Amino acid sequence: MMRKSRWKIYNQTEFYLFIVLIVLSTILAFVNPKFLRLENIFDLLRNYTFLGILALGQLVVLISGGIDVSFTAIATVSQYIMGVIISKYYIDNILVALAIPIPIGIALGLVNALLVYYTRVHPVIITISTLNVFYGFLMFITSGRWIYKFPPSFRNFVQIKILSFTSAKGTPYGLSILTLFWIIVAVMTWFILKHTNIGRKIYAVGGNLEAARRAGINIFRTYIFVYCYMGGLAGLASFVQAQLAQIIQPNAIVGKELDVLAAAILGGASVFGGSGTVPGAILGVLLIAIIKNGLVLMRIPAYWHQVVMGAIIAGAASVTALQMKFKSRRMVRKNVD
Amino acid sequence: MEERISHFLILRNINKNYGGVKALEKVDLDIMEGEIHCLVGENGSGKSTLVKIITGVVKPEPGGKIEIKGESFEFLDPLTSFLKGIHVVHQDLSLFPNLSVAENIAIHEHIMKKSGLVNWKRIYEVADRVMKRLGIYIDPHIQVEKLSVADQQLVAICRSLASDAKLMILDEPTSSLTSREVERLFSILRDLKSRGISILFISHRLDEVLDIGERITVLKDGKKVGTFRKEELDKKKLTYLMTGRELAFVRRSKGLEKKVPILKVENLTKYGQFENVSFELHSGEILGLIGPRGAGRTELALSLFGMNPPDSGRIFVEGKEVSFKSNRDAIKHGIGYVPENRLTQGLVLEQSVKNNLVITILERILNDFRLIDEERKNKVAEEMVRKFGIKTAGMDVAAKTLSGGNQQKVVLAKWISTAPKILILDGPTMGIDVAAKESIYRLVSKLANEGIAVLFISDESSEVTANCDRIMLMKNRKIVGVFKKDEISEEELERRIKE
Ligand SMILES: Nc1ncnc2c1ncn2[C@@H]1O[C@H](COP(=O)(O)OP(=O)(O)OP(=O)(O)O)[C@@H](O)[C@H]1O
Ligand SMILES: [Mg+2]
Repeated sequence: MMRKSRWKIYNQTEFYLFIVLIVLSTILAFVNPKFLRLENIFDLLRNYTFLGILALGQLVVLISGGIDVSFTAIATVSQYIMGVIISKYYIDNILVALAIPIPIGIALGLVNALLVYYTRVHPVIITISTLNVFYGFLMFITSGRWIYKFPPSFRNFVQIKILSFTSAKGTPYGLSILTLFWIIVAVMTWFILKHTNIGRKIYAVGGNLEAARRAGINIFRTYIFVYCYMGGLAGLASFVQAQLAQIIQPNAIVGKELDVLAAAILGGASVFGGSGTVPGAILGVLLIAIIKNGLVLMRIPAYWHQVVMGAIIAGAASVTALQMKFKSRRMVRKNVD
Repeated sequence: MEERISHFLILRNINKNYGGVKALEKVDLDIMEGEIHCLVGENGSGKSTLVKIITGVVKPEPGGKIEIKGESFEFLDPLTSFLKGIHVVHQDLSLFPNLSVAENIAIHEHIMKKSGLVNWKRIYEVADRVMKRLGIYIDPHIQVEKLSVADQQLVAICRSLASDAKLMILDEPTSSLTSREVERLFSILRDLKSRGISILFISHRLDEVLDIGERITVLKDGKKVGTFRKEELDKKKLTYLMTGRELAFVRRSKGLEKKVPILKVENLTKYGQFENVSFELHSGEILGLIGPRGAGRTELALSLFGMNPPDSGRIFVEGKEVSFKSNRDAIKHGIGYVPENRLTQGLVLEQSVKNNLVITILERILNDFRLIDEERKNKVAEEMVRKFGIKTAGMDVAAKTLSGGNQQKVVLAKWISTAPKILILDGPTMGIDVAAKESIYRLVSKLANEGIAVLFISDESSEVTANCDRIMLMKNRKIVGVFKKDEISEEELERRIKE
């Protein structure tokens, strides 16, 4: 006889995040009614696609029990190489442009994977070093020159909307094609984590590395997958960022590490590995997006943004901790029957 | 006609060193097809290390030979070993705490499948089938970290049964199981045997070993003492072979005459866990609490320790009514509790043995400046290692390098050393070898004679009848009987537990 699982919605981190999201949005809507306009929401989704894609990559690494802070450098390098190629040879084909940064990201991710596996040094240390190496090399070779002469296909791609509307004033707006990238990556990541063997192995490795080894799971391949996945997504995200900015600056991306990590961790991924979900990683990004957007709408000076972000992350972390505590209390009771 | 029996596994000249420690030295082992072979030895004698070599988890030193059905290897890796049909329940269970019960049981579905996609339906089917075969039910969707130790042990056993094995290795699989579950497991093992599958079984419960084993290999200090047929052995002889000495299990003599009640419990109830529990515990007394698993013993103990607030009823400590909000309150009132699942709750595995030992008694090793006095720390820790017979390569090695039983001794030592007025021991001898058991009995008895009141929770009727002044029998959430020492025999108690 199969008893149905006791899946309770209020046991899920995602549920709490969602509540916080709704509450914050309501407050913001009162402060500034513009906030809930479709226009603003679409803008938000477009502007946070970059962060959203990176957070999904980081999620996979965190689940495996690792961490990657070098993705900003990976993104920068792959973006720059793309920029050089398409502007120098004036390649007017968006698909070619898109196809350049992803394999470069994967290759750099492979470097991380090999170092993490063979040196057995903690991935934080490894990826901090590779961050500096990748980034340092790029700055050395390019001396920080900007790239901004792109072919038309590259300039126009960002204008494409997958849903279009016209505002009351007659200006058109819509859901950007870039957001579609985020949606596709989210669905793909969810599918990998939930329905493929490698996805389940990632959870297993993050849950108990030694048990995974004893069960015969190939740890090496798992590491290669997660770090290359992160690398590939960093490449894709760098394309999105270049589209939005329409300029490639070697120092534009580095420094975003904490936003991405914060989003993934807010979403329920643990730095100890083994936990985290795709909906959580999306909600984490949205939460950060709303907070930052709200601060702007409320005309709060920029230097306060950091403070508020810090406070919110600390608050969210405590909520997760409290939730864990209640869970374990319940456990004592549940265990016992 | 002579029956032809062939070897499934041959080990020759297996050595394993950890730094200076010789965990295994020139060990040979033969396992026949369709044989139930038992492996016994004191804590730290090398049993688990041998299992890890057979399952490819650790590499032996060069020069040894492993032969599986005629095929020779110098060492194995986990996947090869699994593919050769060797399935295992590791002593530490090696489960994935974040994954569901079903996925833990059917984890090899992920590893063996070629297609790359997960067949969730099949995973639940496999889990369901194996649990049915073992006659148990655990919610397959629940995460393993939320289960009790006993249930986790069942999940690990289920995993080893999930696909067809040629050799099943069980490293102390029964330490938290009830006798009914053990019987069920044994009948499955006998059934496997009749189908030509070999079994290597490790346990510190010598009765079990003599019940199920056909041949028994004894290890001592990493060396093989010998392999014996069951008919050649009895419990006493086996104990001698393992420990190198005759162990006399003395029965506890009469405790203190003067009876001062120190803990009094009146009509304590927690719905669904225990009902109307009333008893008195005197200082200097060892009160046994025995019953089948699920009777509510651990839950009751947790309530007395402030970790499981009761719904109604009263608790008095030294005549004063108390109501504990947390275990900190309980500790303040002089209550100490050694938990049931010591392996998972009790140790900081990466930290040194020394630091693990003194963590509960830091107050005692401070110097005049309220800083830790290293010298005193070493002395105290060494004293504890000696008193509890903890086998370790040194005081500064990480706790995770100790054998399973020795890890348990560390946890036990650190709680007993806090010298509480009331000490609750939840299954203190689980997974501990005979010699160590005897020393724990002696220690507890000594503590009681010094005036400490002990609540001794146990699964083994032999140990409560020999060591407790009074015995409470708990069944179906109620205390159903209280017996004075010598009022009830071991057999009678066993019968009442089972009926
Ligand atoms: N990773 C390790 N590093 C150092 N020493 C180790 C390691 N693993 C085991 N040992 C040592 O090897 C010896 C044998 O340990 P093993 O776990 O095989 O004992 P065991 O017979 O299984 O004991 P128990 O009955 O307590 O489980 C012990 O002295 C232990 O301290
Ligand atoms: Mg062992």
